[in-house]
Amino acid sequence: MNPEYRFSHKHVLGLADFSPEDIQAVLQTAESFKEISSRAIKKVPTLRGKTIINFFFEPSTRTRLSFEVAAKRMSADTFNISNSGSSTVKGETLIDTARNLTAMNPDCIILRHPLSGSARLLADHINASVINAGDGTHEHPSQGLLDLMTVREAKGRIAGLKIAIIGDIAHSRVAHSNIIGFSKMGASVAVSGPATLIPPGIEELGATVSRTVMKAVEGADVIMALRIQKERQQDPLFPSLREYAKFFGVSQKVMNVASPEAIIMHPGPINRGVELDPKLADGSRSLILEQVTNGVAVRMALLYLIMGGD
Amino acid sequence: MPGGILLKNGRVIDPVNGIDQIQDVLIAEGKISAVAQPGTISGQTAGLVYDLAGKWVVPGLIDMHVHLREPGQEYKETIATGTLAAAAGGFTAVAAMPNTKPVNDNQAVTMFILAKAAEAGFARVYPVGAISSGSNGEHLAEFGELRQAGAVAVTDDGLPVGNSQLMRRALEYASNHDLLVISHAEELSLSRSGAMNHGALATRLGLGGIPHVAEEIMVYRDLALAEFTRRPIHIAHVSTRESLALIRRAKEKGVAVTAETAPHYFTLTEMAVDGYNTLAKMNPPLRTEADVAAVREALRDGTLDAIATDHAPHDEIDKDMEFDLAANGIIGLETAVPLTLRLVREKHFDPRRMVELLSVNPARILGVEGGTLSVGVPADITVIDPEKRFVFTEEIIQSKSRNSPFLGWELQGRAVLTIMAGRITWRQEGDFR
Repeated sequence: MNPEYRFSHKHVLGLADFSPEDIQAVLQTAESFKEISSRAIKKVPTLRGKTIINFFFEPSTRTRLSFEVAAKRMSADTFNISNSGSSTVKGETLIDTARNLTAMNPDCIILRHPLSGSARLLADHINASVINAGDGTHEHPSQGLLDLMTVREAKGRIAGLKIAIIGDIAHSRVAHSNIIGFSKMGASVAVSGPATLIPPGIEELGATVSRTVMKAVEGADVIMALRIQKERQQDPLFPSLREYAKFFGVSQKVMNVASPEAIIMHPGPINRGVELDPKLADGSRSLILEQVTNGVAVRMALLYLIMGGD
Repeated sequence: MPGGILLKNGRVIDPVNGIDQIQDVLIAEGKISAVAQPGTISGQTAGLVYDLAGKWVVPGLIDMHVHLREPGQEYKETIATGTLAAAAGGFTAVAAMPNTKPVNDNQAVTMFILAKAAEAGFARVYPVGAISSGSNGEHLAEFGELRQAGAVAVTDDGLPVGNSQLMRRALEYASNHDLLVISHAEELSLSRSGAMNHGALATRLGLGGIPHVAEEIMVYRDLALAEFTRRPIHIAHVSTRESLALIRRAKEKGVAVTAETAPHYFTLTEMAVDGYNTLAKMNPPLRTEADVAAVREALRDGTLDAIATDHAPHDEIDKDMEFDLAANGIIGLETAVPLTLRLVREKHFDPRRMVELLSVNPARILGVEGGTLSVGVPADITVIDPEKRFVFTEEIIQSKSRNSPFLGWELQGRAVLTIMAGRITWRQEGDFR
């Protein structure tokens, strides 16, 4: 890495804003922090005295907990606000709520929100750093980074790999961040799914679109299945979960055309038997739980880089 | 006005009378009393004399599509502030869309709007009534009483008429009352989940897309109904290339269709939305370069008849928020003239065509007075300085709202004097003593 390089982002809003060097810096930092989580005393004083607010407008177990664990292992003070407990349900706008939070001088706000662009809106209106923990169907950068870390750990590299992402590309912020992140780091990304769930211009983010899952997965080093959101059924996107599983689910038959050492990933939570065969989810090629472990390390790295760097 | 007003040495552009030359115009008793060679009208008969060398003198501009927000949303705009913004932008008349609160679906609201407009006195207001009661798409509004009270047209603008039978009946029944039917063309089942134009930028921003076919399918339906019922139809805020192709073909077949676009559709593309800029959020959404080019061409070749602003004032509390939640629309009255002049300077059409698009045709389509400088007609006159440069800032806006994507733009060309019924409704300070 360029010795002059210095991570200089105040916010983490999307991987679209990150250079390959930025991504490299996060991954290296995360790799060095990963060991902390395996110590008997899993805590370092790096972010002592920092205040971090988890501001979650959507239900989330894994991401919220992951950020909280990461912050606490760095000795930061964390506070959680969820939609039902916040004044937004009383009619206060996101911006007003943000200004009130700012008045309490937090150092970082971690936002999960159902609408695209909300993390940027928040960043434009407050002094604290903002980490986007998923905004609408836009981006989920920390998930993209933990996926990059998991692949790099398993494969020793990212450049030159073939990544297949299967499922609801249109509504998946995870897919968007992964397509951007993996293609920036030199991997090729193939996507496939029902045509109703492939958004226009996804090629501009760096993906190639395959009509069939088999074609997308052919020779792939990484197969990532995306969660099908059952609650989207008011828009006639596909006929049934049964048919989805048959034509777009990741099964052993699909794995047979991938690289023999291919790994399986999923951002969770899994609809077992829909987008992913349960035997594969629990099998030896699955790195799904490793993704969760690396999530903590990546989030520690992000918190450190935006708040503790100097 | 004692003695009247003499407008000297301006370039008079009056397409209806085939005039485009330097003339003097005399206004007396609220009417145009003479249009003659420079120097042939004695200034002594006029109380006020303006030397308009270098400026254009045109029939008062008419904006056939504005939202004045009163009654109901006076925090965004009132009839007084909206018509003052109209005067400042060079308009002497506006057609007020019915999506107020309550909806203008009855004579009481129409009469209220006219009373408020008369009280303010800044511009003529032509109320447009609703097609359906409450604009809820179910039952016809009382067209007869709306007409009697002063409405000139009907539309459910802001919403499409989803029910084809209701649209057919509206076209048929409007003929009894000599009302124009205006179509807000949008197939909601295709557009409902979107917030901007469908395409790669929407994907990158993670915003739902509104496909251009959502407009075109409904344009086609309404053209088919107009042809079937043999009734005229006016298509509002046309934004796509294919909509224009459909309208062009219908005109060739002899369907009585007229159509308007708004300045933003010939000035901006969807790229203005990048960065979640809610000031560029509107319905129909900003489209692509190809659509912008098609709109410009259609203004030139006559497929489009009018430029209307779709002036849609919104307070910050309706715009300064998550993109999906922000209101649609922008103010337009005070930027229409300079944005149209850009096309004149770029030779898309000539000044005469600009006057047709902004005055002659709106008057003809709505069936109202205006659009000419003939001797004897009410003196509705706009004076434009085509060279005047200015920066469009919040401070100069007369509208109560400031939601414009053109804030900070350096613009060229501006209405400097607006006269309605012989009375000055706007005079640009610094241009006249």
